Amino acid sequence: MQTATTATKKRRNGVGEVLHRIGKSPMAVAGLVILAVIFFLAVFADVIAPVHYAKQNLMHAFEPPSAQFWLGTDEFGRDILSRIIYGARISLMVGFISVGIAMCVGGVLGAVAGYYGGRTDNLIMRAMDILLSIPSILLAIAIAASLGPGLFNLMIAVGIAAIPQYARIVRGSVLSIRGQEFVEAARAVGSSDARIIFKHILPNCMAPIIVQGTLGVATAILVAAGLSFIGLGTQPPIPEWGAMLSGGRSYIRDYPYMTLFPGIAIMLTILALNFVGDGLRDALDPKLKR
Amino acid sequence: MANDRLLLDIRNLSIHYEVEDGTVRAVEGLNLRLGYGETLGFVGETGAGKTTTALGIMRLVPSPPGRVVKGEILFEGEDLLKKSEAEMRSVRGGKIAMIFQDPMTSLNPVITVDRQIAEMVALHQDVNEKEALERAVEMLALVGIRPERAKDYPHQFSGGMKQRVVIAIALACDPALLIADEPTTALDVTIQAQVLELMKELKRKLNTSMIMITHDLGIVAETCDKVAIMYAGRVVEYAEKRRLFLNPVHPYTQGLFNSLPELDEEQEELKTIPGLMPDPTDLPPGCPFHPRCGYAGPQCATESPAMVEVEPGHLVACPVRARKGDKP
Amino acid sequence: MNGRPLVDVRHLKKYFKTPKGMLHAVDDVSFSIDRGETLGLVGESGCGKSTLGRAMIRLLDASGGEVWFDGEDIMKYSDAAMKAMRKRVQIVFQDPYSCLNPRLSVAELIAEPLIVNKIFRTRPEMNARIKELMDTVGLAERLFGVYPHELDGGRRQRIGIARSLALKPEFIVLDEPVSALDVCIQAQILNLLNNLKKEFGYTYVFISHNLSVVKHVSDRIAVMYLGKMVELAGSRTIFQDPLHPYTQALLSAIPLPKVDAVRDRIILEGDVPSPIEPPEGCRFAGRCRHRQERCRTQTPELREIDPGHAVACHFARNLVQGEVKK
Repeated sequence: MQTATTATKKRRNGVGEVLHRIGKSPMAVAGLVILAVIFFLAVFADVIAPVHYAKQNLMHAFEPPSAQFWLGTDEFGRDILSRIIYGARISLMVGFISVGIAMCVGGVLGAVAGYYGGRTDNLIMRAMDILLSIPSILLAIAIAASLGPGLFNLMIAVGIAAIPQYARIVRGSVLSIRGQEFVEAARAVGSSDARIIFKHILPNCMAPIIVQGTLGVATAILVAAGLSFIGLGTQPPIPEWGAMLSGGRSYIRDYPYMTLFPGIAIMLTILALNFVGDGLRDALDPKLKR
Repeated sequence: MANDRLLLDIRNLSIHYEVEDGTVRAVEGLNLRLGYGETLGFVGETGAGKTTTALGIMRLVPSPPGRVVKGEILFEGEDLLKKSEAEMRSVRGGKIAMIFQDPMTSLNPVITVDRQIAEMVALHQDVNEKEALERAVEMLALVGIRPERAKDYPHQFSGGMKQRVVIAIALACDPALLIADEPTTALDVTIQAQVLELMKELKRKLNTSMIMITHDLGIVAETCDKVAIMYAGRVVEYAEKRRLFLNPVHPYTQGLFNSLPELDEEQEELKTIPGLMPDPTDLPPGCPFHPRCGYAGPQCATESPAMVEVEPGHLVACPVRARKGDKP
Repeated sequence: MNGRPLVDVRHLKKYFKTPKGMLHAVDDVSFSIDRGETLGLVGESGCGKSTLGRAMIRLLDASGGEVWFDGEDIMKYSDAAMKAMRKRVQIVFQDPYSCLNPRLSVAELIAEPLIVNKIFRTRPEMNARIKELMDTVGLAERLFGVYPHELDGGRRQRIGIARSLALKPEFIVLDEPVSALDVCIQAQILNLLNNLKKEFGYTYVFISHNLSVVKHVSDRIAVMYLGKMVELAGSRTIFQDPLHPYTQALLSAIPLPKVDAVRDRIILEGDVPSPIEPPEGCRFAGRCRHRQERCRTQTPELREIDPGHAVACHFARNLVQGEVKK
C-alpha cells in the first residue's frame, strides 16, 4: 500500500488537484452550483429582480404567489422575490466579510500564539478562551447592541464573535507545522520570523482554515439573520433575509409564504455552503489522498 | 530442492493497484519457494513490491485499490487465494504470523502486553483466559522479558523491548511461517543486534520458517538461508545465501552490492547504478531493469526475461548474464 | 592553512527542560575541525549528535560553552552578526520529505537563501545562479518549476544540498543526509557530496547512525553516547583499533553484507538509559562489561591516548591489552 502511494505520481498542481477531487463528490458539486446561482443573483440583482426591493405598492399588499408576484408580496406590497434576490447580496456580504474579519484577526493571533509559544501564547489563548466561553450569538448581540444597529456593525459583531475559532485552528496547525524541518531549514538560511510565518507556515495550514471558513460563512449568515430578526442587524427597508423573517413573523398564521421563502433562501445557502465545506475538507485532507 | 516438500510455493503472482494515474504493477509474475524451516531473505528497494507480496500472502492487500490479478499462493499444498475469508482468519496469526516494521504502532497502547498476547492465543487455540495469560507469560520469557513486566503497558517499554513483545505475539500460536517486514529498521544498531540474535535463537528453537523482508544485505547475511532479490515487482535473482553473496549474477544484484560502502576497504568512489527505479505505472517493456543496465542488448527491451538456472538452485532472470557462463 | 582549526567547539552544552528534570542532550563536548576536513559524528538515536550539529551553528541556543569559527566565538554574536554568519555555515537535513516547503517549486526553494540574504538585484541574475546550482548538484534544468512532491527522495535531497550551497558556505553540517534513501540513491548522493568537497573545499560535519557510510566520507570520526563524546580518532583508526567499549560494541553490531565474516559479536545488554539527570560517572557504565567501581563515581574525561586518538574511558589501553592477552 505504501508502495502504491509513493509510486503514484501527482502531476497536477495544488489548486487543480483540489478542484479535481471536489469534482468527485456530487454533494460538493451541487453545493457549488447552488452557490454560483446565488452569487449570480446577488451580483446582478439590479438586472434580474423584477422590481426594486423598496418599491412599495400598497394596492398589492399581502398577495399570495401569483404570475405577477412569483413569491407573493409583504405587508407594504413589496415583491418578496425581488427582496430575496437583493437580500442575497446583503446576506452573502455579511457572511463573507464577517468571516474575513474573523479569519484575518483570528489567523494572525493564532499564528503569533503558535509560533512564539510560551507567555505570548498563554496570553492570547486565554483571552480567546474567555471569548469562547460566551455563546457566540450572545456575544454578537452584546457587541451589536453596544455598537448600535446597522449593516457594518453587524458584520463587525459577527466577525468578532467568530475570532476565537480561527485563532484556535490556526494555532493548532501552526504548532504542527512549526516542528517540521522545512521551517528549521528556512531559519538556517537566515529567514526572518515574519517571512517564516507568512511564506512557510501559513500557506501550509490553509486547508483547515478554508474549510472552517466555508462552514463559518454559513454560521455567520445564520447569526446575522438572528441579529436582524431581533432588530439589531440591518435596518428597513434594506432586505436582509433574517430581517425579512422577522418582518413576516407577525403574519405567519395568515401569510406563511412571507416567512417561508426567506427561510428557504437561508436554508439553501447554508446547505450549499456546508456541502462545499465538507467536500473541501475531504479534498484537502492529505490522509485521503490516494 | 524441487523434491523437498515446500511450505510455501508462490506461482506467477501478480498484484496490481488501480490508482488515478493508471495501474501500479506492484508485483508482476512473481515466483517464490520456501521449504520447511528455511529463512528466506527478501531484498529490494522501496517500491520493489516486497511488502505487497507479504500482504498478498496474508491476503491483506487493501482492496480497493489493490487486486490480486493472477497466480497461486500454495501454503502447505493449499491455495490461499482460494480460501474463504473465514478460513483466512484462522490462517492469519495462527499458521502465518507477521511482524511489522514499526513496533511503536503495532501494539495497542491501552492494553497490557500480556493481554495482547493472550488475546492472540485465545483467538486461535481452545484455551480459557487463565491458560491464555499463562501462555503469554511463557512467551514473554521466551523473548527475554521478565514475568513482572507482563502487566505493563506498551509505552513503558523501549523500542527494542516493544519489538520483542511483537515477536512474542507473532510466535504465540506457534505459526509455521513468520513474515518479518523490516523488523529492525526502526531500531538502533546495538538494539538491532539484540533483536536479530533473539530471532536467530528462536528460529533454532522453534524451527519456524521465516521470510525476512529487508533492504539491508547485512541482515540477510546474518540471518537467512536463501535470498530473493526483487526489482520492480519481480524476483530477479534467487539462490542459496552463500552462492548469491559470493557470485551475484544479475546486474541489479551486482549494482546493489557495489552501492554499499565497505567497512574494511578504502574506496574513492562508490559504483552506482545509473538512473532511478522505473515508475511502476509505466514499467519499461521487456526486462524492467534494461534502461539502467550495462549489459543490456536489443532483446532485453522486448523479451521479458525468464528465470534461468545458472548453477543448481541459483536462478537468475537475466538471459544475457546467464549465457555468458558466469559460473564459478 | 594557518594551523588554526576552522571550527573549535569548547565545552558545548545543550540541556532541555522536561517535566522530569533536565535532559542532558549534549554535555560538555569539545573538539575542533580543520579547514577542508570531514568529521563524522556517529551514535545511536538520542545520543545528542543532531542536537550537537544544530547547536554548533546556533540553530539551537546552547546552554553553555563556546564555538569558535575562524577565530571568533559565534556564541557571542548578536542576531544580526549571526545572520551574516549564516552565509558561511549551512546545514543539510535528514528527511528530504519534510525539509522542503511543499508549496514552493524547485527554483523557489533554491532561491530562498538568495532572496532572504538579498544576494542578487535582478531576477535573471538570480535565475542564472539557480540553474548553475541545479547543475552543480545534478538536477536537470527541466525540473526548474517542478514541485518537490513530484520528485523522488534522491532528487529532493539534491535540492536540499543546492539550497545549502547557494550562499557559498565554508562549513556544512550534514545531518543524516542519506539515512532516508535507498542504497543505490544513497551511493549517488555520497559520491555527489564527495565531489563537491573536492571541487569547492568544503568542511563537513557528517552526522549519521550508519557507520559504513560515515567511514566512507570522514577523515576523522567522533562516537557519541548519551550526550558525551566517548571516542575521537582518524576514521581508519577507529575501525581498526577501537578503544572505548561502546565503540567496540557498536562496530561489532553492524551486520556486514558478507558471508564468512568471522568476528566476535559483543551484544550489549539493556537499553540506552535516560538522558534526564544522568548520574555521576561514566554514562556507559551500566551496559559496559568491563565496568569497575571507579566508573560509577568518576566521569572519565576525553583524553588523548595516542596522537590524534582520544578516548573517554578510565581503562582505555589496559582494556585492549587485557583482551589481547585473553
